[in-house]
Amino acid sequence: MTTASEPAADPAAVPHYPMERAAGCPFDPPPGLRERQRKGPLTRVRLWDGSTHWLVTRYADQRAVMSDPRVSADVRRPGFPNVAPLPPDGASGLSFVTMDDPEHRRLRRMVTAPFAIRRVRAMRPAIQEIVDGLIDDMLAGPKPTDLVEAFALPVPSLVICRLLGVPYDDHDFFQANSKTLIRRSIAPERRAEARRALLDYLDGLMADKLARPGDDLLSGLGERVKAGELTRTEAARMGVLLLVAGHETTANMIALGTLALLRHPDQLALLRESDDPALVESAVEELLRYLTITHVGRRRIALADLEIGGQVIRAGEGIVLPNDIANRDPDAFPEPDRLDLRRGDARRHVAFGFGVHQCLGQPLARIELQVVYGILYRRVPTLALAADLEDIPFKHDGAVYGVYELPVTW
Amino acid sequence: MKVHIDTGRCMGHGRCYDLAPDLFGEDDEGYGKVLGDGTVPPGLREQAHLAAANCPERAIELAEES
Repeated sequence: MTTASEPAADPAAVPHYPMERAAGCPFDPPPGLRERQRKGPLTRVRLWDGSTHWLVTRYADQRAVMSDPRVSADVRRPGFPNVAPLPPDGASGLSFVTMDDPEHRRLRRMVTAPFAIRRVRAMRPAIQEIVDGLIDDMLAGPKPTDLVEAFALPVPSLVICRLLGVPYDDHDFFQANSKTLIRRSIAPERRAEARRALLDYLDGLMADKLARPGDDLLSGLGERVKAGELTRTEAARMGVLLLVAGHETTANMIALGTLALLRHPDQLALLRESDDPALVESAVEELLRYLTITHVGRRRIALADLEIGGQVIRAGEGIVLPNDIANRDPDAFPEPDRLDLRRGDARRHVAFGFGVHQCLGQPLARIELQVVYGILYRRVPTLALAADLEDIPFKHDGAVYGVYELPVTW
Repeated sequence: MKVHIDTGRCMGHGRCYDLAPDLFGEDDEGYGKVLGDGTVPPGLREQAHLAAANCPERAIELAEES
């Protein structure tokens, strides 16, 4: 076992993170990450503020770090590898995502039940109805059309609104602010404004739920506020997290997944010509693995010395974990760069993270994507791209990867 | 080796029965449950470790039989 260290001679040799994707390869992780993965288990990267941290690129090593109780996700700890400046007031607005146990556990447990597999499966008919209705509307409307606006964004927005008890009529407001909140190229002050607008909005909704509770998740949180288990501010912050995470991510998987399938016609044909639920399930897992849209990596800070890949990360050092490259690790997935919807074991991917912080909404995301990928291409078998790939605007500057627009026709 | 679920910790994420379907199933509420008496055959030890390491609530315990 050796202590990990990087020659201090040439600080310019430490690459910046996040890295850029190669031109013409919009579905593949940046080539710089692949190089680092070949190089060794631990290498150094530099963030926007000049700070340097450990980069962990291999699948097994990432899982070891993410499931280790000796790492922290608290972005306020000195030395934490933040990929953008923290908001001026220091609060992250990401609720339990950026907390450690026991606070993380206390808050997360309050909302796990509504996202449990059995509960989410019961929502399937309602999700199917939403998807069918949006496809009807799209087919009745003009073409070409933007699939993001017409379909990819409304599906998860309608679903999460129903689950949380947020009025869908407010979608222009929360979609625009969510987009601003997670776009790294936007000034921190404007992102902070967007976050505050969403917090104020959710706080107002909490007031409504406290006065007139309904049968929805926010009303459930209202009950806990009344019982003194949760403050109204904590409830509003959790509401922002669930609303933003509940629609942006799935929307990007729908649009980017559709684009990836249009560029892999043999794979698209499998979904168009099959009604086998097992194929649809494995297609969802493979697209999650292949696309891994959370492309700025999970980040942690070590609370104690950790041994990773035979090297030591010291207490207090930052760790960057790009899940996109771990999901393309040839030691974990044979021929990792091939999109293969019939790949048997894709669901071991780390697209939802791993360990205590892994995505709370993954059962819901899976069902939404199964319904969408299972029906869209069968109902619209002639679906085609209505622009050149070079003209599609990709979210290189987003915390979540995807496309800003996807012009399609049929 | 035997697997055990701490039902006080399990929140029903279902990762165990997704990743280790030969060892875990779900109850009527979607919470994880151990199949049979929880004895892990030699060929399923990796599944057991995978499920334990992947449980967001750290509710799965592995015990080596003495």
